[in-house]
Amino acid sequence: MLKVHRDICGYCGCCVSVCKEGALELIDAYLEVGPGCTDCGVCAKACPVGALEVGRE
Amino acid sequence: MKKHYDLLMIGGGPAGAIAARTAAKAGLSACIVEKRPAIGAPVRCAEGIGMESLAEFVEPDPCFISAEMQRAAVVAPDGTTMMLDSESAGGKVGYVLDRKVFDRELVWQAAEAGADVAVKTRASAPIMSDGKICGATLEFCGTKTDVMADVVVAADGVESKFSKWCGVDTTVPLREIMSSAQYIVTDIDIDPHCTVFCLGNNVAPQGYLWVFPKGDRTANVGIGISGIKSGNGHRAKDYLDRYMASKFPNGKTIEWIVGGVSVCRPLACTVADGLIIAGDAARVVDPLTGGGIYNAMYTGDLAAKVAIDAIEKGDTSKDALMTYDKQWRESTMGKTIERNYHIKEYMINLTDAKLNAIIQTATSINLKEFSTLQLAKELLKRNPKLILELAVLKNLIT
Repeated sequence: MLKVHRDICGYCGCCVSVCKEGALELIDAYLEVGPGCTDCGVCAKACPVGALEVGRE
Repeated sequence: MKKHYDLLMIGGGPAGAIAARTAAKAGLSACIVEKRPAIGAPVRCAEGIGMESLAEFVEPDPCFISAEMQRAAVVAPDGTTMMLDSESAGGKVGYVLDRKVFDRELVWQAAEAGADVAVKTRASAPIMSDGKICGATLEFCGTKTDVMADVVVAADGVESKFSKWCGVDTTVPLREIMSSAQYIVTDIDIDPHCTVFCLGNNVAPQGYLWVFPKGDRTANVGIGISGIKSGNGHRAKDYLDRYMASKFPNGKTIEWIVGGVSVCRPLACTVADGLIIAGDAARVVDPLTGGGIYNAMYTGDLAAKVAIDAIEKGDTSKDALMTYDKQWRESTMGKTIERNYHIKEYMINLTDAKLNAIIQTATSINLKEFSTLQLAKELLKRNPKLILELAVLKNLIT
């Protein structure tokens, strides 16, 4: 399960653009993780600040 | 807000605002939907734009121009600096904008022309009928409203969702997302009319670090690195903090922003039945520079023009809207994107040693026109040896 460190997140949407599953959505200043997330970790890698963490990491 | 518009723009950035302005000026009903509570904020941009590019769509006004640029410096990994000056009259080549004011000005102009604007309003789903997009469900403070439109313009930026919901794959490959961070730093010693670009695999892997002045002692100091080079301990923010500590240890950061910039090829197709995709959402950012303001305004304007024509003729099918896709690809913008994509692909594979050699070729260049194409041509002229080195590029630029 993808964990969003909300104290670090800059709600920029960089992660949303690389999500193949379309599981992420940026709703103003809140990053929503949908049920389509497969824990692939691409978003966590792209994040400019390290706000995302996948469970198995 | 009405129940039906000729054009509905998802996103209140430059693409959506110009599309709405063009449509409203032509007498069509138009509405801009912006999910954020304020137009222009938060900024997700280094704010640079060419002088002529800006003037094509809006009269330059000091109220949204932070600084005027006269030259650029390209810094090699070994620190060698190549100065780029312009031969053009007055030497003014570009601007660093104040996007908060600029974006608001564009939306203002659209509103003045007759467009409606809804802020803190999110398009949460497309309304489809027989596979055709014919509107959007809009959410405002917990209330859902269905708004119909002859043509929906998806101008929802890098984090675009609307086109994806309509079945268009907008995913940016990890290696082609520039994972970015930027600080507005004040109280620093800079050349207030010079943009600085720093290259190198230890500085900004497969990207660059920039210093774009916003005043005498203030600048946007930012960085973009490839998503594939990003990870714990070596993220965009880590590289930027390192640069700040070495170059501007006493600078004061008055704004902290992050973002993603796509440097991939544009979407394979930027239209669908009842839908046109414009700006960053269409992935039309210049892949070499990461610049997207002009391309957003250009595609926003063209989207509206094609939509107006299609609505007049009573056919807003994908086939009818394909004119948009075809026209921007054949435009100077479209061709520049394609050419700069190849240059970018070449550049990201250069070793630091090669980057140093290329930049050492010329430590000062006076450009007739301030463009990456002119720069590449000048470099070749000065060092014929580079023709072998840059064989791939030569075919692209001559």
